[in-house]
Amino acid sequence: MNEQDSKIERALRELTDPSSGELSRLQDRLVADARASGSLDVVYRLVDSPVGRLLVAATSKGIVRVAFEIEGFDSVLSDVAAKVGPAVLRSSTELEVAAQQIDAYFDGSRHAFDLPLDDRLSAGFRQLVQRHLPQIAYGSTQTYKQVAELVGNPGAVRAVGTACATNPLPIVVPCHRVLRTDGTIGGYLGGPDAKRTLLDLERQAA
Amino acid sequence: MNTHTPFEAAVQAHGATVLRVCRAVLGPHADADDAWSETFLSAMPAWPKLPESTNVEAWLVRIAHRKAIDVTRRRARQAVPVEHLPETPAAAGSQGRSQSDARSAERHELWSAVGDLPEKQRKAIAYRYLGSLPYDDIAELLGGTAAAARRSAADGLQSLRRHPAFRDHDGA
Repeated sequence: MNEQDSKIERALRELTDPSSGELSRLQDRLVADARASGSLDVVYRLVDSPVGRLLVAATSKGIVRVAFEIEGFDSVLSDVAAKVGPAVLRSSTELEVAAQQIDAYFDGSRHAFDLPLDDRLSAGFRQLVQRHLPQIAYGSTQTYKQVAELVGNPGAVRAVGTACATNPLPIVVPCHRVLRTDGTIGGYLGGPDAKRTLLDLERQAA
Repeated sequence: MNTHTPFEAAVQAHGATVLRVCRAVLGPHADADDAWSETFLSAMPAWPKLPESTNVEAWLVRIAHRKAIDVTRRRARQAVPVEHLPETPAAAGSQGRSQSDARSAERHELWSAVGDLPEKQRKAIAYRYLGSLPYDDIAELLGGTAAAARRSAADGLQSLRRHPAFRDHDGA
């Protein structure tokens, strides 16, 4: 290809080049069309927060995954695609209610989430533990041991720890309110700093 | 591809390319937007079944080709004038027009040059230079041989080269 032709190629590229606004408008339309045709498995959105960007993903049933940036959004999305379905699309306009509730949680004005949840990413004992967690009041904490007793399996302290550390819906399902018996912070998907930030926030706003 | 790859990855990686191709084939209008949407909408259910070795971009460009034909046929059935170019600045050519008017007049000129190409040449250029499709694939889409597809693209480029809009365009 001679120089003239590559100049024309550049001109064609420039002429047809979409702006990012045009692409995101098309993207939102695609999400709506895919939903209408019933072919969408998961829609997700990124939400800014004091503990870094959060990924919020939902099925038609409800929120299925909340993820911290340190988990790696790509690997989180691959995992969701493998377990729920590969028809996964990003939206900048959907999940508005979830985004608003998360904002309100972080400014201290919301103490409990009221969102439809899809708990298909957990099962068995972990799911049992995760269903218990919303009963721990805003601003208070329990120990892994107390949670084990409350779910009727006092010997399963370690399993409770695992259930909290693998909660697919952190923040919304408050696994950060569970601490080690010695008062130390314990594991968290978002890392110990994020867990501490949430606990501090709740202590101040409670 | 594998079933662990979210479809969003394909949209992110190839969304702009597919839109460029749709625009070059159909013009920078709602028709191109429709073809883009239909391309990704129909690709999504097939996505998890794609063989690992698939060239995803080429696959999407081939779908876009079919969707562009669908859109064109639908438009023809609706009997709306086919040629609709971007709005011409009202005062094109008059003195004192703003730079953005000049820019949009230039774009209008470039678009009419592309629109004036015979369909086959326009598509061959779109698929080759914007969609990076091999000539074998283009031949499959347009009919004829790979050599003929290459010739169509070359003829199209030559027309554009001679066209004042492209001749004067500095590609800045």
